[in-house]
Amino acid sequence: MEFVSILSIFVLACFVGYFVVWSVTPALHTPLMAVTNAISSVIVVGALIASAAAGSATSKWLGLAAVALASVNIFGGFAVTERMLAMYKKKDKPAAGK
Amino acid sequence: MEQVVANPWAMLAYLVAGVCFILALRGLSSPVSSRRGNRFGMFGMALAVGTTLVTHQIASLPEIGIAIVIGGIVGFITARKIAMTAMPQLVAAFHSLVGLAAVLVAVAAYLNPAAFGIAEPGGAIHQVSRIEMGLGIAIGAITFSGSVIAFLKLNGNMSGKPIMLPGRHIINLGTLALIIGLIGYFLTDEAPWVFFTITGLSFLIGFLLIIPIGGADMPVVVSMLNSYSGWAAAAMGFTLHNTAMIITGALVGSSGAILSYIMCAAMNRSFISVIAGGFGGDSGAASGGGQAIDRPWKRGSAEDAAFLMSQAEQVIIVPGYGMAVAQAQHALREMADQLKAEGVAVKYAIHPVAGRMPGHMNVLLAEANVPYDEVFELEDINSEFAQTDVAFVIGANDVTNPAAKTDKSSPIYGMPVLDVEKAKTVLFVKRSMGGVGYAGVDNEVFYRDNTMMLLADAKKMVEEIVKALGH
Repeated sequence: MEFVSILSIFVLACFVGYFVVWSVTPALHTPLMAVTNAISSVIVVGALIASAAAGSATSKWLGLAAVALASVNIFGGFAVTERMLAMYKKKDKPAAGK
Repeated sequence: MEQVVANPWAMLAYLVAGVCFILALRGLSSPVSSRRGNRFGMFGMALAVGTTLVTHQIASLPEIGIAIVIGGIVGFITARKIAMTAMPQLVAAFHSLVGLAAVLVAVAAYLNPAAFGIAEPGGAIHQVSRIEMGLGIAIGAITFSGSVIAFLKLNGNMSGKPIMLPGRHIINLGTLALIIGLIGYFLTDEAPWVFFTITGLSFLIGFLLIIPIGGADMPVVVSMLNSYSGWAAAAMGFTLHNTAMIITGALVGSSGAILSYIMCAAMNRSFISVIAGGFGGDSGAASGGGQAIDRPWKRGSAEDAAFLMSQAEQVIIVPGYGMAVAQAQHALREMADQLKAEGVAVKYAIHPVAGRMPGHMNVLLAEANVPYDEVFELEDINSEFAQTDVAFVIGANDVTNPAAKTDKSSPIYGMPVLDVEKAKTVLFVKRSMGGVGYAGVDNEVFYRDNTMMLLADAKKMVEEIVKALGH
């Protein structure tokens, strides 16, 4: 892909991000940080390419280490977000236990 | 020149993954749609990983599987076990992992450019790719070392007090300029020393940038590092021509930037002054006025508090970081339940910078089963204090200080605050009279006629009130 077309995607995505994030309710700002954390581990794609490629053993091991680190983040980030979101409940008449 | 992703289906899949991530954030606009959003995020991630695995000749699938399983188990267990009060340090730790992963990927790409499709036929790395890699590794390294310091501070392994090096502004600016200069030089010379010097200096600057920032400014720091981790992913996305990474990077980058902005606005401070650091140390204490401790104030007991609140029509609870430290949220919810049983309306008022990260108080209250429709943001509830019988301040201080509205010499002047003093009675739970808030200023509210100080550990005090309400 041309550099300029990649840049276009990037700039437009920044605008999308700007509007989407402003619409996030302040009560969910902590889950927002947790989930952005999880999705920024999409860097795992680069790590996979590095660890999959032949050619440099060092590069492969670095890639594998990065895969492991990013996996901590992916699983940890999504799981902790899920755990937090599950706690947000509306007022319900029958007390749902302590 | 060899292309990384020649397969149009793969490119399409990455685009879909990117859209899923947008939907993941979009879902957070309301607690109702948030969990579906999170599922979109998981799906997007699975799609991105799956696509990469399918479209590359994988020479080492078992090793990759093992790496994912090890990382996945560690992450999953951590996420299950972590206490909600420890969420800020967990997020900081996660940021550091993204940063380190970005650094590792950039180094791997530097060592084996052909695998990433960024090599010229002669073996040299494309010039554009060099800039992208340079930026990627610099931002990644800053994210890593900065987040490690933020983690240590939030986790209490390191004092929350700012550490001020002499001449730090000059050192920091010089290091930054050097990094930028070297990235420029990297264009003409791709020698290892250039690349690894950039890396080393970036680790250093991340460390230097965060040590002078005090505990109260941590919400901004955590948001800022969140933003950096996004930009690092975006830079690597440019290197790999990967739309999923670029979209994600842009989303996360703007998200962190907006959160930093919101936090700064809620403290009426400029981003630059937060980054310059030093706030929350001794510097602010001098301007609080000399007549601090020896002014008259009223002390109340748990029984007094219980009586006042049970007679009230409406009680607004104002929680702060102290509630998190004392782990008082569950006891607090019990107290609110008892009050509600006696017909008292109970609401919660949350200041944007209460706690150590954006939305920290909301999560703690949600954990204690407080329904989210009883929890209000500052601008939605501030006008209600005047019609409220009791404002119950627990573990918050600076965010209730009326000096922010009246005293131009106060370091927190101009910061939006909760008007607790307008309530008929203010019950202020605090450890002792001696301590001041993070801004280092005395709080006028303590000495007002309608204020009763409840001096004790927050959790113990609330438990005693619960007991007294039971009688």
